[in-house]
This record gives sequence, C-alpha cells and structure tokens, in this order.
Amino acid sequence: MPKTTGHDNDIAIIGWSISPMVRNIEYTEARMLLDVVTGAVNDAGITRDDVDFTCAGSCDYVAGQAFSFVQNIDAVGAWPPKRDSHVEMDGAWALYEAWMRLQIGDIDVAVAMGSGRSSTSDPELLYSMEMDPYYLAPLGADAISFAALQARSLIEAGKVTERQMAEIAARTRKAGKDSPYSQVTGDFDPDELLKTDYVRNPLRKHDLPPITDGACAVVIATAARARELCENPIWITGFAHYTEAHYVGMRDLRTSNSTTLAAKAAGIADGPIEVAEIQSAFTHEEPLLVEALGLGADTLINPSGGPLSANPVMATGLVRISEAASQIRDNGKHRTLGHSTSGPCLQQNLVCILEGDKA
Amino acid sequence: MSHQPCAIVGVGQTHHKSRRWDVSLGGLVREAAQRALDDAEMTWKDIDAVVVGKAPDLFEGVMKPELYLSDALGATGKPMFRVHTAGSVGGTTGIVAAHHVETGRHKRVLAVGYQKQSEGNAQFALGSGKGASIGAGGAFAPYMRSYIDRSGAPLDVGPMVALKDRLNAFKNPYAHLKIADISLEKVKASPMMWDPVRFLESCPSSDGACAVVFTDEEGGKAAAAAGRQPAWILGSAVRSEPASFPGRDPVAPVGAADCAADIFAQAGITRPLEQIDCAELYVPFSWYEPMWLEAHHIAAPGEGWKMVESGATALDGSFPVNMSGGVLSSNPIGASGLLRFAEAANQVRGMAGEHQVDGAKVAIAQAYGASAQYFAMWAVSSSLDPFGS
Repeated sequence: MPKTTGHDNDIAIIGWSISPMVRNIEYTEARMLLDVVTGAVNDAGITRDDVDFTCAGSCDYVAGQAFSFVQNIDAVGAWPPKRDSHVEMDGAWALYEAWMRLQIGDIDVAVAMGSGRSSTSDPELLYSMEMDPYYLAPLGADAISFAALQARSLIEAGKVTERQMAEIAARTRKAGKDSPYSQVTGDFDPDELLKTDYVRNPLRKHDLPPITDGACAVVIATAARARELCENPIWITGFAHYTEAHYVGMRDLRTSNSTTLAAKAAGIADGPIEVAEIQSAFTHEEPLLVEALGLGADTLINPSGGPLSANPVMATGLVRISEAASQIRDNGKHRTLGHSTSGPCLQQNLVCILEGDKA
Repeated sequence: MSHQPCAIVGVGQTHHKSRRWDVSLGGLVREAAQRALDDAEMTWKDIDAVVVGKAPDLFEGVMKPELYLSDALGATGKPMFRVHTAGSVGGTTGIVAAHHVETGRHKRVLAVGYQKQSEGNAQFALGSGKGASIGAGGAFAPYMRSYIDRSGAPLDVGPMVALKDRLNAFKNPYAHLKIADISLEKVKASPMMWDPVRFLESCPSSDGACAVVFTDEEGGKAAAAAGRQPAWILGSAVRSEPASFPGRDPVAPVGAADCAADIFAQAGITRPLEQIDCAELYVPFSWYEPMWLEAHHIAAPGEGWKMVESGATALDGSFPVNMSGGVLSSNPIGASGLLRFAEAANQVRGMAGEHQVDGAKVAIAQAYGASAQYFAMWAVSSSLDPFGS
C-alpha cells in the first residue's frame, strides 16, 4: 500500500478514549481521567508502562481548586516516575506539547489528556475571571456576553442570521443523537427555537453550549513505533496554534485571524478536508470558523454534534481531535481536521490536521 | 530523529519584592521580558513564540492569565503556550520553550515565569480557598525532620544554609530579601515555624518575573561571534510521581534521582561534583539544600550536610550552590524555577555579576513542586562539548 504520509519524523495518533458526557458526574476528575487513560492505552493495544510521556490539560478555576491537576497524576499511574507535564489549557494543547516532545527523538509513546468538571462552578462568575483583571474582569462580562457581541457583529455584517444559528443548533444536536459522547441532542424545529427568549441578545439558549463534565485521552507515537503498534496510524500532518489581542475592541470580530494563521501553518491548503471537528461552542462561531479555516461546502462540520452537544471545557478541543481521528479510522475518511479555541471571542486558536495511510 | 542544539542568549528578571504595586501583572512580566530581549540584543518582533509558566491562577485571581498577557508579551499573531506544573513550573517552562527550538519548529522563543503573590493570599490559595492550609512549610517539615534523622546531620546545618544564601543575596541586585545584620546566631534566634525550620530558614513570598530567550544553533553561534557568550543546553528532563503511597520516599524521591540521572546521561556527566562547576537548586527551606544534593545523586547519601558544613557549597567553595541567594532570598513561585535555570545559564555565560563563580563552564539547575513530586532539571554549558567527548 503506498504511504502518502508517515515519514520518519511524523507522529501518529494510535488510540484514544472519550468519557461519557454528562451534566454532573458523580465522581472526581482524577477518576474521569483514570477511565479515559485506561481506555486510550487499551485502544492503542499498550499498557501504561509503555507510555514514555504524559501531558494533561486542565484548569484550576474550572476545578475550583489550586493545584487541581496534582491529584490527576493518579490517573496516569506515574510509578515508576514519568516524564510528565501539565498545561493550563485545553487538552488539545497538551497534545501539542506531547507531539513536540516526541519530536525530540529519545522517546516513542505519549498520552495527552484533557479534563474538566464544569458542573462544580457557575460559568457566569467563572469566565469573567479570565479577562484582563484591571479593565475587563470588573465589568463582570462573561463568555456568553462576549459571544453575544461577536454574534451581533456577524449578524450586522450579514455573515449569519438568527435563523441560520437556529439551524446550526438543530443540525448539530440532531447529529449528536448518533454519538455516544453527546449530552444535549434531539430533533428541534428552528422555527420553534426562534420563538424562545434571548439569554443575551442575539443569543438564545439553543445558541449556547451545555455545561458538561467530561474527559478525553489520546495516545500518540513516533512513526516507527506507530507502525509497530497499529495497522492504520492516523498521522498528524499539521499542527499549529496562534493567539491574538485580548481586547475584543482591538480585533475584527467578524473574522478570526489566529484561526487563519494556524490553518495556514498546519498546511490546510495541501489537500481537501473531508471532515472538520471545530470548537464552535456558540452557533454563530461555526460559519465564522469555517470561513477563517477556508473550508468549502464539501467539508462536513461537526458530525459528532460538536460542542453544542457536549462541551467538557478543557477537553472539548481534544475531543474534536479524537472525533476527527475517528472519522479516518472508523468512517473511511482520509484527511480531517480538529480545532480548539480559548479566550473571549475565539482569542486563541489551534488547528490539527490528520491523515490516514489510505489515499 | 534527534534534536537540534538550543542556546540561551538572553536572561532578564525583575527586582523581586513583597509588593510590586508599582506595576500591573502585565508590567511585571514585561519588565523581565524587556531585560531578556535587551540582553539578547533582540526586539519583540524577533520572537517566534512565547511560553508562559506560573503556579496556581488562584494566587492572583486571574484565570488563564496568558490570555490577558498576550498583549504585554508581544504574543499577538504568535503561538502562546501556558505551562503549570506547580513549583517546578519555572523549570518546566524553560524546558518546553527549549523544545520549541530543539524540534526545529521555532528559531527564537521567549519563556516567561512570574508570580505576583501580593495580589492574593498564597496560604489561602494553597488551601484552595477552604482555609486550614498547612502551607508548604508545614507540608515539607516532616520530610526535613526525616532527613535529619536519617543522615544524623547536626542541627546547625539548616541555619548554615540560610546564612550562606542570605549572604549571597547581597551580591544579587535583584534579590528580594537582604537582611542587613544576618548571622548564624540571628537565624537560630528566629522563631521556629515548622520544626526544624525557623523563620529565617524559610523563603519569602515575592512579586517577580523571570524571562529567558532561547535560540537555535545558528543564533547561539552568532551571539558567540558577536562576543556574547551563549549558554548551551546539554540536557533537560522532567519527572512526576504520585503525592503519596506506601513506599514513596519524599526525602529521596525516585523522581528526583531519575530526573538527575537523565540530564547527567544527556550531558555526559559521570562525576557530578568534579564536572559541574555550580548548581542552582530549588531550596525554599534551608534543609532542602543537603537533602537535594543527596536525592539528586550529586553527593553520596549522608554527604550533603557535610558539604554544607565544610563550606563547599559557599560561593567560594568547591561546589557552589544557590549563588543568586536562591529561593530563600526571592520566591515569586511561578518564576522561581526559571530563576534557577536562568542563573545557571548566566553563570556559564560569565554574566552573573558579583555572584559569578570564577570560570564556570558547566552548571545545573533544578526545580520541584507540589508534594515534592514534580521535578525539572537542566544542565547548561558555555560549550556544546565541554567534556571533549
């Protein structure tokens, strides 16, 4: 079989696991991670002992506790001691660090994790705290308020309508019905959705993501080891992330420059993208991101249901990458994309492009 | 695959104080970063990617502050990465930044570690806002008592470490604590905080930041050609282990030994006391100096305290430790690890000022965190091949 990818310097995904997505999980974050790390190494056909490096993504504020990731080390099983790191970012960035670590060349297998229990906090209080502490946080504006500003600017620019937003909500939540990793799903009539009240004008409840507890783990390996362990490694052929100005007033909210930069750096133009799993937690972000990524009408967007069906903050991005990998391994696709984001109005964006061996 | 050489060509830090109320969080990190860029003879435009490290966001009350700091750190339009590995985070931040260069992905990377502890109450945040925190001193005191028990070290050793680091701090213009009339008697007369650790054997709570500029082989050689000695990374490593389980030895953690063995192997160090010219170890409480010398297999078991007692770890000793005054003199937690790593780099660059170890060619730095379970280390040198392998 001709190899279109999988050069000696490439890194491949060889297994993953996604937790059930629920409004309020009964057990700890460490326990959620224990299950997905076990699931991911089983999926890859290895054991924890085979893992040379681990990197977790989680957030103390989401957990409501300083050093919250320290307890999560129990899920890794770091004995004997492991090469290990932690990012206060989505697990997608933990995967980025692990991907970079394997390129150093001295080790072969890594696990990246993301986890969050949003149920323990109040998002309206929480997300105002990630804003500039001097000028923005005191305003008490949360992520939904900032998203509403961006939605309004998109509507006024003629880039999306409230009806299209309702259709996106209906489409993704219908798609989520087929996913074992969705939380809010069903058949919704956009006309009925549009009759509901605004949460923050122009956003209605259906435009918002659910509050979700969940975790995800992904196993990656160097090219030689991936071929040993796996019949169909899923190659990471492009991986990049960029940030931009924090103040939304300094950005053109009708576009996402950092997404475009990341897509370009990841080599998105090298071929068609069949499926894109994007972290559009608010309905209006979908057309914005699709345009910023330069995707055409032939790219399937969030067939998993996306973050509107389940939004395990700090794992949502890593779930996107896992779902994009699943499209290659389980659905016969060849080239897919996972996207993650952080900060108000999509401040920081990451793009991960995956390819299968089969052309 | 094998990684490419990485050089440190710029180091900067703030003046560390109890309260830097003259600057915002953005102003604090920018002060350190600007000094590092000036040292590297670079501008903000030259930087390809930024890596930020700090300990818990609850210390300042800002969640994921790298989002807000992207403007202050010139990261707009660039990759911005945020690391958090407890007290070891400054070390991990330096290592992750180095990986950005060693993989060949970026040419010039800025790493910044900071903490502005005056913005909040660290003791409160350590207890996750639930109160009743025993704090780091309370958590580590049993380990130090166990070390004393095991090694039979005389009780003067802790105060001797404190005196040495506090004297070294006088030579460091950036150090936080400079206790004018410091003496062994004064250390021993200070209140007992967490037996065996007295007040003057403990680290302060500081506002401060540290920044380091990394570049590739070409950049390192260009700096050297321009008369600016780079520090080359000979080896770096991290290790983590669970906080507690039967059989874990927090006095000599396996993670610490593995981490040290890893960098020694990468650097070609087989006789650490002979081949390493000086070390910056993460010593927030005095007894950690002899304990860490042994745990990281720099000194043989039971020999660490003898090095302290004989004066070997003094600035003019045979194996100087914490030339900068160490964590005992300045402790902006998220920066403390990177300050150790940066001091090691400055020593081999010959740029450590009054606390320079004459002719230092190879230096190591170490940081640790949480329940003495996260470890980060690196070895740096003025030469890519200091041992002529």
